[in-house]
Amino acid sequence: MQFWGYRRPDGRVGVRNHVLILPTITCATQTAQRVTELVSGTVTFIHQHGCAQVGTDYDQTARTYAGMGMNPNVYGVIVLGLGCETHQAHRIGDEIAKCGKPVETISIQDHGGTLQTIAEVSKIAVKMVQDASMVQRELCDFSELIVGTECGGSDACSGLSANPAVGRTSDLVVQQGGTAILAETTELIGAEHLIANRAANDQVAKKAYAVIKMMEDRSIQMGVDIRTGNPSPGNIEGGLSSLEEKSLGAATKSGTTRLEEVIDYAQVPTKKGLVWMDTPGHDIEQLTGMVAGGAQIVLFTSGRGTPTGSPISPVIKISTNTPMFEKMNDNMDLNAGTIVDGLETVDEVGRRIMEEIQHVSNGKLTKAEILKQHDFGIWRIGPTF
Amino acid sequence: MSEYKTLYLSRKDSVAVALSEIPANTSVVVKSDLVELDVSILEPIRFGHKFAVKVIKQGEDIIKYGEVIGAASAFIPAGAHVHVHNLEGKRGRGDKIAE
Repeated sequence: MQFWGYRRPDGRVGVRNHVLILPTITCATQTAQRVTELVSGTVTFIHQHGCAQVGTDYDQTARTYAGMGMNPNVYGVIVLGLGCETHQAHRIGDEIAKCGKPVETISIQDHGGTLQTIAEVSKIAVKMVQDASMVQRELCDFSELIVGTECGGSDACSGLSANPAVGRTSDLVVQQGGTAILAETTELIGAEHLIANRAANDQVAKKAYAVIKMMEDRSIQMGVDIRTGNPSPGNIEGGLSSLEEKSLGAATKSGTTRLEEVIDYAQVPTKKGLVWMDTPGHDIEQLTGMVAGGAQIVLFTSGRGTPTGSPISPVIKISTNTPMFEKMNDNMDLNAGTIVDGLETVDEVGRRIMEEIQHVSNGKLTKAEILKQHDFGIWRIGPTF
Repeated sequence: MSEYKTLYLSRKDSVAVALSEIPANTSVVVKSDLVELDVSILEPIRFGHKFAVKVIKQGEDIIKYGEVIGAASAFIPAGAHVHVHNLEGKRGRGDKIAE
């Protein structure tokens, strides 16, 4: 299968052509927001990070920022800092520039405050957006795609309809030579043996068990019951009784292919095929990790319904049941509830999702994009100091 | 008889899922590969919720998808609603270690 995409200087292919105003510090997010209001074709995101972070937590946040800028759906980046923060804008900018795309770095302190910075960033953004608009789409192969998969607001149907259908799609993406990301380590607790049995080698299987153990150990170190947060009240209302039950349903998103590698949060996969990214179950944090890891498209199943989207990558939202698809139609793109209704098979819905990936890759907008649902959240793995 | 849709995923399973609202005192037939069971539903089961297809003793593992989804925290008769009131997850339980 093929689609029309934007070829970037590093050879990767985007399905969107955004100019990203990337604030590396919470103090710069409002200024970045003002610029996107002024300049069409730009996107940004709000967050509360970028300062007083140390060690592996610093590294993970830096990797996430850089990954957002390097995602091939982004034509060029204006990295916006305050000036005094630990996550220095120029360091993130230098990292992004390695992939060859246009990058500019600006600091609010150097430019004499909010208004002059807005003017300066906007001027650069206007030029960058115009340059971006000159890039032509070209015919690209499905093997260029990294498709993230995710479930959120799960119900008892998730593991019966939408998740197995996404698993089928994941198999089809892998068959086409592409990459499918399985994530949300928390929601694989209790199903890890099923995935690890499909590992390419012992090392990959060991890492699968290791990331599960680390996630479970966090609750043990804190002396808390994960069940107080997961399954969530909405999951329980929908009929899910335990984390293990939710996990067994979530794992079906991975389809049936071999697990090629287990990668860190916001890391770009080094292999094609099925990869597992170590992320928490938090919807936005795992979405952000996959997008920073280069996913150009994300498939998101939901039983309860959710508006979630990303500023960078289109998120195709798939309902697990027909009543929710009708009730939350503002937010949902496809319905897999037809499987529960006995109208379609898992295979048929899986193929329908594959066709939608092609449409969206060619430029069809998802509901979350149209509604400007620009969610962003970093998985923090240490306290702020 | 079985006008209520149910899903019985594996013959190893001790629970099945209601795919429609099932009222109390109803008889349903659940089917999986090679196995067919008659279950008398004891209490209303909501769409997406589970009921026991056989007696589950307190402390016994509860099976769905052919895999363990937790253990029974109380005696569960066949046909009873199985949910957080009588099923306890066994994983991620830092609270148990802390005791």
